[in-house]
Amino acid sequence: MKFIELKNVNKTYSTGVTALADMSVVIDKGEFVFVIGHTASGKSTFIKMLYREEKPTKGSVVVGGVNVAKLRNGRVYKLRRKIGVVFQDFKLLPKLTVYENVAFALECLGMKEKEIRPKVMKAIEIVGLKEKVRSFPHQLSGGEQQRVCIARAIVNEPKLLICDEPTGNLDPETSKEIMKVIDSINKDLGTTVIMATHDKDIVNRMKKRVLLIEHGVLTGDYLKGSYKSHESV
Amino acid sequence: MKAFRIFFRSIRDAFKSVFRNFSLSMASILCATITLMVVAISLLIAGNVNSITKDLESELSIVVYLEESAKEDDISFLESKIKAIKGVEEVIYKSNEERELEMSEYSSSYATIFESYEDSPLLNTFIITVDDAEKLNSIAEEIKVMDNVESALYGENSVDTIVEAFSFIEKVTIIVVIALVFVTAFLITNTIKLAIYARRSEIEIMRLVGASNMAIKLPFVFEGFIIGILGSFIPIIIIIYGYIIIYEKMGGHIISNIVNLINPYNFVFDVGIIILLLGAIIGMFGSLNAVRKYLKI
Repeated sequence: MKFIELKNVNKTYSTGVTALADMSVVIDKGEFVFVIGHTASGKSTFIKMLYREEKPTKGSVVVGGVNVAKLRNGRVYKLRRKIGVVFQDFKLLPKLTVYENVAFALECLGMKEKEIRPKVMKAIEIVGLKEKVRSFPHQLSGGEQQRVCIARAIVNEPKLLICDEPTGNLDPETSKEIMKVIDSINKDLGTTVIMATHDKDIVNRMKKRVLLIEHGVLTGDYLKGSYKSHESV
Repeated sequence: MKAFRIFFRSIRDAFKSVFRNFSLSMASILCATITLMVVAISLLIAGNVNSITKDLESELSIVVYLEESAKEDDISFLESKIKAIKGVEEVIYKSNEERELEMSEYSSSYATIFESYEDSPLLNTFIITVDDAEKLNSIAEEIKVMDNVESALYGENSVDTIVEAFSFIEKVTIIVVIALVFVTAFLITNTIKLAIYARRSEIEIMRLVGASNMAIKLPFVFEGFIIGILGSFIPIIIIIYGYIIIYEKMGGHIISNIVNLINPYNFVFDVGIIILLLGAIIGMFGSLNAVRKYLKI
């Protein structure tokens, strides 16, 4: 079942740089897709378009039935409530505890306190940080901080989890653990996962569908497990 | 219900945030304190300058000398005609006997002079006060041409110069106060902008988790409100106590007994309320303006 569809998408920045050229791709519900490519290849632009941080210059970007390209600024927040985003630099609020950081996502939506607590505790449990609910980000390791970021991204039970180089700042062992968490979210909760990464090992080991973007062009769409033999990044 | 929850949560978060980002909040509060202090003092000075010029202007009057031949009926008819002129506030009749008595009481040399006359050498008069000193000239000219009027004098050239000077002073003080309010708004807004710049990642996260623009703006607007209010406390306390002390020390006058300071009660509290509102409004709009920048997509 189609969940994301990009049709002839172009993105040219005001500086004249073309980040994406005529990109078309379909991603089904519940899929786990890696997006790979060199730095400045256009993969971040692709990822940002999905949660409407960027708008295409031409073409359509449909996420969960909504044409994101035509979405009015005042309506963007409704799309974002269906999407969880995990960043390379975690983007945690340093003065809030683990619990508060995760709850923050629900408080912003105006949810009741008694509804927030069980959802937050469940998300924290999924990422395995139950013992650290009262800790502040500076008291956590990089891997733990990334887990908090994942918990915050999934606390509202999004249909889509976007991960922008989530293991970029982590050592290989911690990266493996984080990938286990993300994989289990995909398998157990049925959440569609789209992950931009530079980490060849992870891509090879996970054997998922891979989209290869080079100079703004989608040059490869490798089905589940078929990427390893086409190593170019 | 959801809107109420967001509203009250925003107030709670605003208070939390002021304390959690203490150094940034202190910078904004201190900036508000210093600039509002300058505005408060300028308001006190401007208020007093305007009050003093109004006081002095109200002392200015037209003296209408009546012809010797004017009868009692003529005088009362003339009085009613003068009262009917637009801008005339009060008309007081002073007969020549009354004026002779007043002058004799003022100086014995006048009394000696008056004794040498069989009849009073003075003319009957009307003392006329007007609601606006700038109308002295036109009203005097109108009265001069009336029947039974010998002359109508108000000090002419010297009074015209004083009136012009007062009006200039009033305008200058108003312009200075307005300019200071703008400078204050600019400085407070920019300090808040810097404080919010340091927390732009917070706004980014709020946007990414799907908070509506209103839910993002509200806590910052309340925070700006709190900062503005806290920043206005010290200036308000200083001007209230400071002005009352100065007023009492100077006995309510400045330079001489005819130049009165404004009574502190009500006046100083009114200025306090203006400073409080100014702080709160500038704080709120400063924050709103700063946050808006990060909400553009």
